[in-house]
Amino acid sequence: MTGAAGTLIAQGHSYTPADIEEGGRQYQSSCSGCHGPAGDALPGVELARGQFRRGTSDTDLIAIIQTGIPGTAMPPNSFSDQEAAHVVAYLRNMSAVRTGGVPTVLRGAGDPARGKALFEGKGQCTTCHRVHGRGPRLAPDLSEVGATRPLPELHEALLDPSATMRQGNRPFQVVTRDARMITGRLLNQDSFSIQMLDSNERLVSFQKTNLREHGFIRTSPMPSYRDTLTMQEVDDLVGYLVTLKGFNP
Amino acid sequence: MMQRSHPSRRSMACALVFALAAGTLVEAQVSFERILRADQEPQNWLTYSGNLSGWRYSPLTQITPANVEDLELQWVFQTRAPAEANEKFEATPLVVDGVMYTVLPPNHVVAIDAATGRMFWIYSAVISPLARVCCGRVNRGLAILGDTLFMGTIDGHLIAIDAKNGKPRWDRAVVDPALGYSFTLAPLVVKDRVIVGPSGGEYGIRGFVAAFDTATGTEVWRFNTIPAPGERGHETWTDAEKTAWKTGGGPAWVTGSYDPALNLTYWGTGNPGPDWNGDPRPGDNLYTDSVIALDADTGQLKWHYQFTPHDEFDYDATQVPVLVDMTWQGQARKLMLWANRNGFWYVLDRTNGQFLQGKPFTKVTWATGFDEHGRPTRVLEPTKDGTLVYPNNQGATNWYSPSYSPRTGLLYIPSWMDTFSRYFKVPVEYTEGRQYVGRFPTMAFPAVRTPAGAINQRLPEDGYGAIQAFDPRTGERKWEFRMVDVTDSGVLSTASDLVFAGGREGYFFALDARTGTPLWRASVGGQVSAGPMSYAVDGRQYVAIAAGSVLFVYALRQ
Repeated sequence: MTGAAGTLIAQGHSYTPADIEEGGRQYQSSCSGCHGPAGDALPGVELARGQFRRGTSDTDLIAIIQTGIPGTAMPPNSFSDQEAAHVVAYLRNMSAVRTGGVPTVLRGAGDPARGKALFEGKGQCTTCHRVHGRGPRLAPDLSEVGATRPLPELHEALLDPSATMRQGNRPFQVVTRDARMITGRLLNQDSFSIQMLDSNERLVSFQKTNLREHGFIRTSPMPSYRDTLTMQEVDDLVGYLVTLKGFNP
Repeated sequence: MMQRSHPSRRSMACALVFALAAGTLVEAQVSFERILRADQEPQNWLTYSGNLSGWRYSPLTQITPANVEDLELQWVFQTRAPAEANEKFEATPLVVDGVMYTVLPPNHVVAIDAATGRMFWIYSAVISPLARVCCGRVNRGLAILGDTLFMGTIDGHLIAIDAKNGKPRWDRAVVDPALGYSFTLAPLVVKDRVIVGPSGGEYGIRGFVAAFDTATGTEVWRFNTIPAPGERGHETWTDAEKTAWKTGGGPAWVTGSYDPALNLTYWGTGNPGPDWNGDPRPGDNLYTDSVIALDADTGQLKWHYQFTPHDEFDYDATQVPVLVDMTWQGQARKLMLWANRNGFWYVLDRTNGQFLQGKPFTKVTWATGFDEHGRPTRVLEPTKDGTLVYPNNQGATNWYSPSYSPRTGLLYIPSWMDTFSRYFKVPVEYTEGRQYVGRFPTMAFPAVRTPAGAINQRLPEDGYGAIQAFDPRTGERKWEFRMVDVTDSGVLSTASDLVFAGGREGYFFALDARTGTPLWRASVGGQVSAGPMSYAVDGRQYVAIAAGSVLFVYALRQ
């Protein structure tokens, strides 16, 4: 173990922006082919959320990056300790870096308690969204939104919901040959069939031969909060959303 | 107890066993003559592509467009353990006289009763922990000669295995896995040699095609796909330091073809290294992204054609060369058909490499066409801020086998339609054993589809998958079978005018070879990342396909 890597590890998760940036370069060239640019291409592995199959500490991860995992698709890589530590630095900050740049100050994250009150009250967010097992399933479940979406994107989603809709969150609509219209979330589709969660939260499957039309609805059904909340209230709402990290506090 | 056996009964039993063994022995010896005349024993599948011309065509006719809807599952064979995400089941089985041989990922060879799916033996190669592969711990199959099977391993060994008992006969460490070399292809037997090329184009390897004595494993010849100083083609590596060739890539990771009349073996080569930044390797970078025609006895280069000079889009030319004799513009010619990862499909003269035709089979923006020598007119390159390029990094097709039917005269291409990537140019340095690529391009389609169930929520404008049929005589597209998701499946055509293929959606299906009309499908519940093949046992025709971590075998309902 070199001194530099040791220092990084000793400091826990405090990495410099330069470490993170260098790690990002290494990640893009050596890791993203299998793990994907967002670190979520392999089942059971979500690097951006700190979800690894094996190992949790920085030391574990550095060892895995260097020696691979024998008997699996994870190959050994001839990274130095320091280079591997840079990759770990990137992984630890990946979700923030991905579209928001290296985090410095959490710009615009307001008071979580006030945000929670807005979420459940004035904002009427719970009419559609589910958090920690409560609420409807049709709109995106926000239980992990603080871990999966960078802060600027949360702001944008509140002000312009259609701009940053993610794949899988787009509303989907089918019209059957007998003129029934069903909207909901697309779960999967292939050349012959469609699987979705309809607006009554039923899992439904259709053969395309029985449909008159089917496709995504390009605009989000979520209202913009640009005119209904103040910027301080939007900040507070974001301040609450960033606390949602996938576990029930 | 043995001493008390009745002598006469024992010798009778011995005689019977010997007679059976002798009978089997004669039948099971796969001479090269048999491989050359594979069309005369349609019940067998003796090479990766079914014949040495790379057709993936079965002369069997029991399953027809009229009865294909009566296909039903006969047996399945599951891999030994849940496959790792990247351990895709890519192998095409061989079938010899009722026995099937295939490879479970990464390097487990099995012999199976081809009629029932019951296993005779399994041989598991011990894989070095140093093995590193860019894109999956995979293997695409075996070669056979006599009663010996040949397998390349992901840690760079070539192993000869006794087809009767699964015991290794010789095991040669050909390349160094710590430097990123591996073998994933099915070897090709030509005469008494077994020919292989490495994977590793993402690790700055120096590619080659090499032939080994089938009896001993001794290397007989090697053609380096990246020429050294003084060798022909080296002048296309023009960096001032004169070092780029050493890490120039040019792997050969898909099985080649062979023309016995010309005694030429044809191989496609992969991308130059590093993949997405060509600045360290100025020049055309021969013989990357090329087809090379080698003398099968000496390995000497007879001709080459480079599909993508100075590639910066990872457009490996690692496709199966399809060899066809047909009338071309009024003249009988020996042709080579080639649907390339770069989005064009080509007609070449395989006697001399002359470019006859190149046409896009999907949306292509990196080049606008060809000059009279067949050199593409390239108009795009990666940039610091990203350049949008069609087709995407995985290409318009890839290693997935095409098929050619001599009955329809059509070339069938597994295609990724209208896909795109954004390519970035970033500084890149070579370090031994590490990926030497640059920045991974963006893609709406993942390079590897890993979840067991295909989850598909993409927008239609991100592209789609298709099986396409082209007429080489006219250049015309005859039909397209369109899929929502892309496909990593090979294509099989048959003498009863059926086409079999699958895709990432987890279907295996049959199409009418003349119209593309879907006639039958089975939901196999996992990604098809292999080529279909067909064989017969006791007069009954079977079709086999690997999907997910399972081999599925179908035949007509009895």
